[in-house]
Amino acid sequence: MFDFSIITNWIHDFLGSTLGMAPWLVTTVECVLIGVGLLLAYALLALFYIYFERKVCAAFQCRLGPNRVGPMGLLQSFADMFKILIKELITLKHTDKFLFALAPYLVIVASVLAFACLPWGNGLQIINFNIGIFFLIAVSSIGVLGILLAGWSSNNKFTLIGAMRSGAQMVSYELSIGLVMITMVVFSGTMSISGIVEAQRDTWFIFSAHLPAWIAFIIYLIAGTAETNRGPFDLPEAESELTAGYHTEYSGIHFGFYYLAEYLNLFIVGGVASLMFLGGWMPLHINGWEGFNHVMDYIPSVVWFLGKSIFITFIIIWFKWTFPRLRIDQLLTLEWKYLLPISMVNLVFMTLCVVNGWHF
Amino acid sequence: MLASIFGIENNGMLALVALLTGIGLVALALLIAGLISPRTYNPQKGEAYECGIPTRGVSMTRFSVGYYLFAILFLMFDVETIFLYPWAVRVKELGQGGLISIAVFFGFLVLGLAYAWRKGALKWK
Repeated sequence: MFDFSIITNWIHDFLGSTLGMAPWLVTTVECVLIGVGLLLAYALLALFYIYFERKVCAAFQCRLGPNRVGPMGLLQSFADMFKILIKELITLKHTDKFLFALAPYLVIVASVLAFACLPWGNGLQIINFNIGIFFLIAVSSIGVLGILLAGWSSNNKFTLIGAMRSGAQMVSYELSIGLVMITMVVFSGTMSISGIVEAQRDTWFIFSAHLPAWIAFIIYLIAGTAETNRGPFDLPEAESELTAGYHTEYSGIHFGFYYLAEYLNLFIVGGVASLMFLGGWMPLHINGWEGFNHVMDYIPSVVWFLGKSIFITFIIIWFKWTFPRLRIDQLLTLEWKYLLPISMVNLVFMTLCVVNGWHF
Repeated sequence: MLASIFGIENNGMLALVALLTGIGLVALALLIAGLISPRTYNPQKGEAYECGIPTRGVSMTRFSVGYYLFAILFLMFDVETIFLYPWAVRVKELGQGGLISIAVFFGFLVLGLAYAWRKGALKWK
């Protein structure tokens, strides 16, 4: 199987031995390389998702979608990005200036940190703590702060209502996500992200942990959709009621950051789902089918990871363009009276399965 | 086993790199936008985008208590679920004893939810 650590080790040796750099300089160069790579992957994925969502939405509504800029409209999101960059950044009179400027930083930093935790491929993982899942939950919950600050500091009634709704929604659904993650940690016996991927070498968790994993997967999909503030759970930015919700007062690239973070959070939800249930970058292996497994190994690990993540995000986009928006009481009832008790029972079920060995 | 990309073992440093990348992304984009975006002055632009007429009062005010209730409930349950993580990692090794002790803890968690439900805290007002 194609191993990226061979390339990265070669770069490491090349910098250290061939160019004769000091160890601290090698580490610095590598950190810069990681940073640039992260930035490029982040921006390109966001642009891809803007295009993808528009195309998928158009297909569901029997339209063509963007098709003028570049072949099949592929350059549309680049044009959008450039347009958003040349828009004026409006300074408002009655805002809390410091918090208003701080909020986009928090939102972007939260999503970049979570983004860096994902297992991109064989030997291609950036942050790899032994408590990786815990770190992932911890950093992804910083995003709520950014949204609350944005709504509060704008000094606008719509943004305040949007931020409050978003806060209530995101913290509520975080509980389900946390319980689902604990369920899968119980099964895998490790919190390290590379460890979880490694444990799925032979069979993905969704197959080996059968029923509890399926329940957890469905709960994760619903809660993940709510976490990213996407339809049918898009109350925080309900256009017909709140103009644009918590980012109403942001203009130009300031608004662009929220847009960027929203799409990247979508990808992170897909990435974490593929990490916990669909084996991360692991190819599809079936026990005993040696020839089949060998063919699957030829598909690069990055393609597997991106394919799974984009498939899951496609399902989430499908939700958005299919279901009507919920009311706030329905939304909170769904989480607190259905998803939370079900995920608690599911955790007990998974524990029983693990302790009694009722799994493959 | 836990070595990351380039064989770097200091994950805290990598997290710092990701943090700086996030900050750098925002700062860089703001810098570019500041250089190439136009600046025109108009007193109307500084007003809140609410409705046509000037806004009445400030919006940084007290708000419906329903949201705070859910925030407090979240705080309790989130802290309680965090305590489940250390157990979740070692569930296989701990065996029956660990199972019983976590069952007591988990029982309290369920009781808490049942109490909040019974008291009507989960009902949107």
